[in-house]
Amino acid sequence: MSRGRTALAVGPLAFLLLLFVVPLGRVLTVGLLDAEGGPLTPLLDVVADPRLREAAWFTLWQAVASTGLTLAVGLPVAAVLSRLEFRGRRVVEAAVMVPFVLPTVVVGAAFVALLGALPSGLVPQRGVLPILLAHAFFNVAVVVRTVGGLWQHLDPAPALAARGLGAGPLRAFLVATLPRLRPAVAAAAVVVLLFTMTSFGVVLVLGGSGAATLEVEIHRATVRFLDLGTAAALSVVQLVAVVATLGVYARLRRRAGSERLRRATAARRRPRSAGERTAVAAALAVLGLLHGAPLAALVLRSLRVGDGWGLAHYRTLDAPTRAAVLSVAPLEALWNSITIAAAATAVAVLLGLAAAVAAASGSRLGRFADGALMLPLGTSAVTLGLGLLLTFRTGPLAGRGAVLLVPLAQALIATPFVVRTVLPVLRDIDDRLREAVATLGAAPRRVRREVDLPIVSRATLVAAGFAFAISVGEFGATVFVARATSPTVPVAIERALGLPGAVNLGRALALSVLLALLTGVVVLLVDRVRVGALGRF
Amino acid sequence: MRRSLATIATGALLVAGCGAEAPRTVTLLTHDSFDVSEEVLAAFEAEQGLEVRVVPLGDAGAALNAVALTADDPGGDVLFGVDSTFLTRALAADVFLPHLAADLDAVDPSFLPPDDRVTPVDFGDVCVNADLAWFADRGLAVPRTLEDLADPAYRGLLVVQNPATSSPGLAFLLGTIERLGEEDAFRYWAELRANDVLVTDGWTDAYYGAFTHAGGGDRPLVVSYASSPPAEVLFAEEPLDVAPTGVLLDTCHRQVEYAGVLRGATDVGAARALVDALLSPAFQADLPLTMFVFPVRGDVALPEVFATHAVLPDAPVAMDPARIDAGRETWIARFDAVVLR
Repeated sequence: MSRGRTALAVGPLAFLLLLFVVPLGRVLTVGLLDAEGGPLTPLLDVVADPRLREAAWFTLWQAVASTGLTLAVGLPVAAVLSRLEFRGRRVVEAAVMVPFVLPTVVVGAAFVALLGALPSGLVPQRGVLPILLAHAFFNVAVVVRTVGGLWQHLDPAPALAARGLGAGPLRAFLVATLPRLRPAVAAAAVVVLLFTMTSFGVVLVLGGSGAATLEVEIHRATVRFLDLGTAAALSVVQLVAVVATLGVYARLRRRAGSERLRRATAARRRPRSAGERTAVAAALAVLGLLHGAPLAALVLRSLRVGDGWGLAHYRTLDAPTRAAVLSVAPLEALWNSITIAAAATAVAVLLGLAAAVAAASGSRLGRFADGALMLPLGTSAVTLGLGLLLTFRTGPLAGRGAVLLVPLAQALIATPFVVRTVLPVLRDIDDRLREAVATLGAAPRRVRREVDLPIVSRATLVAAGFAFAISVGEFGATVFVARATSPTVPVAIERALGLPGAVNLGRALALSVLLALLTGVVVLLVDRVRVGALGRF
Repeated sequence: MRRSLATIATGALLVAGCGAEAPRTVTLLTHDSFDVSEEVLAAFEAEQGLEVRVVPLGDAGAALNAVALTADDPGGDVLFGVDSTFLTRALAADVFLPHLAADLDAVDPSFLPPDDRVTPVDFGDVCVNADLAWFADRGLAVPRTLEDLADPAYRGLLVVQNPATSSPGLAFLLGTIERLGEEDAFRYWAELRANDVLVTDGWTDAYYGAFTHAGGGDRPLVVSYASSPPAEVLFAEEPLDVAPTGVLLDTCHRQVEYAGVLRGATDVGAARALVDALLSPAFQADLPLTMFVFPVRGDVALPEVFATHAVLPDAPVAMDPARIDAGRETWIARFDAVVLR
């Protein structure tokens, strides 16, 4: 029976081989070997090109700066949310997480809406600052979750002791608390660094021509210069940087943690001093500005029609205007997105379940499949897209077959989330429960149906929701393989944002609001399913 | 076959793939600036029993690249909008089938391409435009030549576009290289930089942003099109007798736009009919007021606003497409180094 479960790993692995290993191999061969000028020429050309060197440098420093900004905003917020109790804390906690599930182009659109509404000269509408702000916007969630997650369980006794010995609050924090938080802070920083290094949608929308990262240059080399050698060589550079960052992350993970933890509620208390109340107010104000303002601007400006207000931008979404830049009406793009994401979800759930069951069986192949399926997550979406483009330019998935390629590409990115959601649940099913059912006379098949199935099906529903949310907002890989005749919403939004005119902006914002709502509703439903569902028997 | 396999594998995928196809649809892949009058298109559709589906693919460069990347099956029948800048790339990528358009003999011979796979449709000149009132108000002579623009008397007056991101920006850069020679051209660009030239990402930022006449900016000289003055007259809020902007004819660089039948077309017959239509008198006469370009046919009357207000250089300058293709990226990089860094 275990062999049967192990065999389930074959499907996911074959999928991975075809859609990840082979395309990545294509990127490596095109970027390193297949050049007219001989091996390594594309890579050497990239290294010699000042513009591309600058893009590599910019990728690094904007990621470091974004990470710094994210930590500067995220740590105080994490402190307030994890140490103090106040009315509305749960709402704020949920609000912090919202940006993280938003599609990247929607985040870009929200900042376009916000910065365009500010008095001119305050913040440039395109460039480095908008990129940093948008990166902080959706990565604060990582810091709050990672650092706050540890912080709320941290025993406050050492800090209290330091205070008792005469240290001020800052000194007590630096001496007694920060050292214990350091592993979590470092882990969060590396994750944010990785996310911002491979960030694409946000930089493409907000960067303008002056601020281009490697991802943007890969895209530009492909769609503008038709220089696939350079694009692939840039991908190789990006891969090296990502692998190095992941290596750092793995080291940090190994060193992290043997902290004495407490129940969260025990460590959290109401603010006592005026200073603490000010801290809560300040954290809320910063969050309100960083999180609230872009989303509010997005919604409000999507309703702004000329000098008045109205739904005109939404009403015209079903109109196939020839003057606009999409070959289909925006609502058709929404329908495309939904069907493609649904297909991607179906594929991801099937493959993810198979891999999770195989991995839970404990076999070596199963565990290997679990680890291998994580690889696409560590690779930048643009590199995945480029690999798919290079591999499937000809053959059954080219041309009209591309309608199959887009959902497959999205499934590649969504599958690891399915495995990660289902596998822990599968592993945690109490064997005593199975034994109890078996003792009552159930055959093995019946045991699976009565015990495993109800538990797993719930986790699967959650996983499907996440897979859908990820697929429907996916941009980096999709933009390389989607066809203009059937664009998805993120692709349509990015196109419309790049064009002049109030009509294009209005449509882009209206589509962004719809996509954000769609993603938000799905994630909210998933959250409801999860609440109180698992692990209580 | 592919479909049945897909049904077995992942039925849901098909939902995304299926759509009710009309019996005879011809798909025109093109750039975002494509436009045609409703009546002209409808007449063609009625006459041929075809439905034309227009699919914009980004700017001219992006549109060609999208087609080149999927040449076996580009998802369309005709590509319109390959300009001189990218002609060699299109031919090298082998995206077109040979096609001799029906009305090719009506085309001015100077526009005939070196290859039977592309059909010329329209042309336009990219030139420096001047805000005439601005110069008149200050008693300053309107500059005439490229050299004038580097004259300190015109310091801080010119706005151009970045050739890496803008097609008129690239055309203007090519014009300076064609007129001055490569080395002198980049020395010239260094002079322009010293003379405080402003570089924007795109034409819109320059024309409707920095240009004094149309944008309320502070630059009375802008790289735009020879057809911009008639557009100013046509779209003026109050009727005008004289165009408010002028063209510096000695700064122009000519671009020809081509169309072709795609090698990966599903309906080659319909595609040929559509390319022929682009060269028909009806389409050709429609071009000036929809896309603000000039028809390649000499026997089509220009609309009055064009006839009155549009000027074209007597001796147009146009770089050879093969030379453009060989130098394009190097020149963009040199521009970047000389002007932007």
